[in-house]
Amino acid sequence: MSVIHDLFFDYTLRNIALGSMLLGIVSGVLGSYAVLRRQGLLGDTLSHAALPGIVLAFILTGSRTSIVLLFGAGIAGWIGTLILLRTVKNTKLSEDTMLGVVLSTFYGLGILLLTWVQGQNNANQAGLDRYLFGQAASIIASDVVTFFVLGVAALIVVFLLYKEFKLLSFDPEFAYSIGFPVKYLDILLTSLIVVAVMIGLQTVGVVLMAAMVIGPGTAARQWTDRMGVMLLLAGFFGAAAGVTGAVLSVQASRLPTGPMIILALTAIVLVSIFFAPNRGILPDAIRRRRQREAIRRTGVPMGLPEVPQ
Amino acid sequence: MTSGAVILLTGVLCAVACALLGTFLILRKMAMMTDAISHAILPGLVFGYWVANGNNVVLGALGATLAALVTISLVEALQNSGRVQGGEAMGIVFPAMFALGTVLVTRFFSDVHLDTDSILYGNIEFSSFDRFVLGGRDLGPQSLWIMGTLVVINVLFLALFYKELKLSTFDAGLAATLGFAPALVHYLLMTVLSITTVGAFTAVGAILVVALVIVPAATAYLLTERLVEMIAYSAMIGALSAVTGYWLAIWIDGSVSGAIVTMSGVFFFLALLFSPLEGLVARMRRNELNRQRFALDMLLMHLSTHERTATESTESSIGHISAALHWPPDDTTKTVQRAIDRDLVVRYGPNVVLTSRGREKVKTLLDR
Repeated sequence: MSVIHDLFFDYTLRNIALGSMLLGIVSGVLGSYAVLRRQGLLGDTLSHAALPGIVLAFILTGSRTSIVLLFGAGIAGWIGTLILLRTVKNTKLSEDTMLGVVLSTFYGLGILLLTWVQGQNNANQAGLDRYLFGQAASIIASDVVTFFVLGVAALIVVFLLYKEFKLLSFDPEFAYSIGFPVKYLDILLTSLIVVAVMIGLQTVGVVLMAAMVIGPGTAARQWTDRMGVMLLLAGFFGAAAGVTGAVLSVQASRLPTGPMIILALTAIVLVSIFFAPNRGILPDAIRRRRQREAIRRTGVPMGLPEVPQ
Repeated sequence: MTSGAVILLTGVLCAVACALLGTFLILRKMAMMTDAISHAILPGLVFGYWVANGNNVVLGALGATLAALVTISLVEALQNSGRVQGGEAMGIVFPAMFALGTVLVTRFFSDVHLDTDSILYGNIEFSSFDRFVLGGRDLGPQSLWIMGTLVVINVLFLALFYKELKLSTFDAGLAATLGFAPALVHYLLMTVLSITTVGAFTAVGAILVVALVIVPAATAYLLTERLVEMIAYSAMIGALSAVTGYWLAIWIDGSVSGAIVTMSGVFFFLALLFSPLEGLVARMRRNELNRQRFALDMLLMHLSTHERTATESTESSIGHISAALHWPPDDTTKTVQRAIDRDLVVRYGPNVVLTSRGREKVKTLLDR
């Protein structure tokens, strides 16, 4: 039971677990929209696009505090999003192509800037590269507060615009026809995912952020057909993966936190895909089998009256 | 060969090898598969190194290729299960593989020489130091051999399967009907992509592979609509990015991979703005010409409607045209001037009157 004790009273573990939990909730809820809108790799592109923003924020301000760097990350991610949305709409390039273009060019620029800063013999730059792979162990209490404020702000927007975002996700044409500002809602929703990415960079890093955005929503989608339930479940799954990963990584020494969170999340996704009552692969197979049996025995599918001889 | 020349040549060869495949990946809307593969090969690489008990390129590459194929199969199995859509399947599989790889490295194989930084942004800078030694003889830099082989493999692949690739890319249904087995072509392409990613990855890092596969091909797609030209352009743009990127890196003393990717981004951006086909400037010009043509037609139709009616003298005055067509006065004068230049109308004081050519034009408009 010392784990549970540590979870509440050990300073490091508490911060890591809290930070990871907040990340899980926010990216789970916001990522659900990405799942519903079939933007499976949006999180991947946004997190990569954030890198030059982090380095530029450092170059311009000389500060290394999370809030400044995350702000830069947010702006760069946001610019990447705008380029993505505009080019997909206005050129023949597909979304898939533009995701790749924005992802790799922004990231390449970020690496170039990062190596340039490192070559400037500026001692203060050390630690910038923790955003590449994430370094949950570096989360301190003030970071948790930053995450909390950012996350709560994003969730409040989701709460206030629940109806609008729901319509945008399922029937954007209808939303447009009844006068919703679809273009701005689209930009706003994607910007909120940028907020989730900002929180995730320090915890799980650029590469693993893709799963953090898409995983909880995908898992939640298997259990329910109701949007509200899906958002809550996704937040819960994200939080569960965050805390589990944090605890596992601290329990067994030399296990990195970010990857452990993602592996925990992957386990949740796999369990959901296989065992969720309605959509799960296993229950589905059992149902089909029963159905075949019924047809073989009676000549009609289950629930239908038998054919009179 | 100087180390600079080796880096440059490695970059150019890598760009060409990647661009050849990139064209088809973009046309098939599978660009992000490169990204997924380039990260997902990590556990395979670790496993290969572990089996070889050291930094063994061949076993590492074998393990990585295996991991790539596993990734592709997993993604497709998830998609085919009907529970998860295209991009999502990738977004779940490759981070899981990468996470697994990272955990393996830090927990079990920390003695294996594998630096996660160099996986992401490579060490093309050191490409002249890794030599290819066979039977005690130094045959030159390893990276050149790897990239050269990849170029040969990809050129052969395209030469042998060009027809099949082209048909199955543009019309998979027809390809299947004609007996071309599009599924087989797909798996061949995925295998070649895996081999290219793995090979290029050990030489130049994941991010450069992803960028060189996607960005030059996307740039070429903005410039042409012919497949052969697109392949040629993307290879050239890739090579150009490698050369200019190398100079940029030298100049500001930064990462060569990062600089090459940045330059490919610059070329993409230029094409996005100035491509005669799809560029922003060309499109704005096209829109402006359309607007002008439409305004001209409107003017002629308006004059024709009121010609020889009681109200003709008021309807054909410039001030009234502005009001009737809801045009700002400036636009009206410009449009009228264009009509006069084309000999479609003439001016009588404040009024505008159709010429015989103008009437002809109205007739063709009405006939359309």
